[in-house]
Amino acid sequence: MLRYLIPLGIFALLVVFLARGLYLDPHQVPSPLIGKPAPDFVLPQVQDATQQIARKDLLGKVTLLNVWASWCVACRQEHPLLVELARTGAVNIYGLNYKDKREDALRWLDQLGNPYLVSAFDETGKVGIDYGVYGVPETYVIDRQGIIRYKLIGPLTEENLRDKILPLVKELQG
Amino acid sequence: MKRTITLALLLILPLCGWAAKETKDVDLKSNNPAIEARLHVLAKELRCLVCQNQTLADSEAELAIDLRNEIRALLEKGLTDEQVVDYLVQRYGDFVRFRPPVNEMTFLLWFGPLLLVVLGSGLLIFYLKRLPSRANNAPLSDAEHKRLDKLLSEAKED
Repeated sequence: MLRYLIPLGIFALLVVFLARGLYLDPHQVPSPLIGKPAPDFVLPQVQDATQQIARKDLLGKVTLLNVWASWCVACRQEHPLLVELARTGAVNIYGLNYKDKREDALRWLDQLGNPYLVSAFDETGKVGIDYGVYGVPETYVIDRQGIIRYKLIGPLTEENLRDKILPLVKELQG
Repeated sequence: MKRTITLALLLILPLCGWAAKETKDVDLKSNNPAIEARLHVLAKELRCLVCQNQTLADSEAELAIDLRNEIRALLEKGLTDEQVVDYLVQRYGDFVRFRPPVNEMTFLLWFGPLLLVVLGSGLLIFYLKRLPSRANNAPLSDAEHKRLDKLLSEAKED
């Protein structure tokens, strides 16, 4: 009996591991910045090059920092959700415009709507590197003290907003 | 004629995209060959997070080019190789290193194969030790001796 049970057991274990592997997304690399202070930055604003936006402007309220670019296809996909979220006023949304051209970024905001209180203009992508950005869009949940609580790699969807991001925002606001 | 012009325009179209791409990121090679040499070694140890199975040295992804330029700048500033790796690990995590460091997270990765070898040889030794006890080592009985002699003499006759 045992001689059949052992290979069967090994097979079952293998199935569990391989099945788990099927559902792991290798592009979801856990960020080492979770639980750490959001990296400092001072950047010009997208809509007004003479004005600056800095990390300290984000403090005091729970914020979403959304990394976007006009050349990014998945950003276009998530954009209506951001606009809708901004309309509800549930959370402050800031943008980090990543390696974009100002005129393209402005046209994007003009055509698709602007959900951001302010978008920082990271032309060189240097701040993006500090935030460990490697696949736009990315969205960071930052608490009142400026600690990064969550990072979403890839586009926002109704599911991840409803199940993960909004509950976390509410918890941090409470 | 109209068709030819359309075709020609269509053929030119991809070149426009290519031209636009050319103006984007490029490797800003350092004048200092020592820095280029160190970058070359370092970049082979680091992962491009966009293409994941390529090193920073091999990848032409924009982020990889940016990171190479960033590493050049850090080396120019006088950072050691370890400090550069730490700089990237702080931002992108251990995944950015092609050779994962030994820690509690990667313990199984590093020592799992060794554990399997130890476990396997343990099982093998256990199994082999049990084998002789199953074989019959008792001396032959008289009847068996006779049968053996008979078999041997038959074999000789053949």
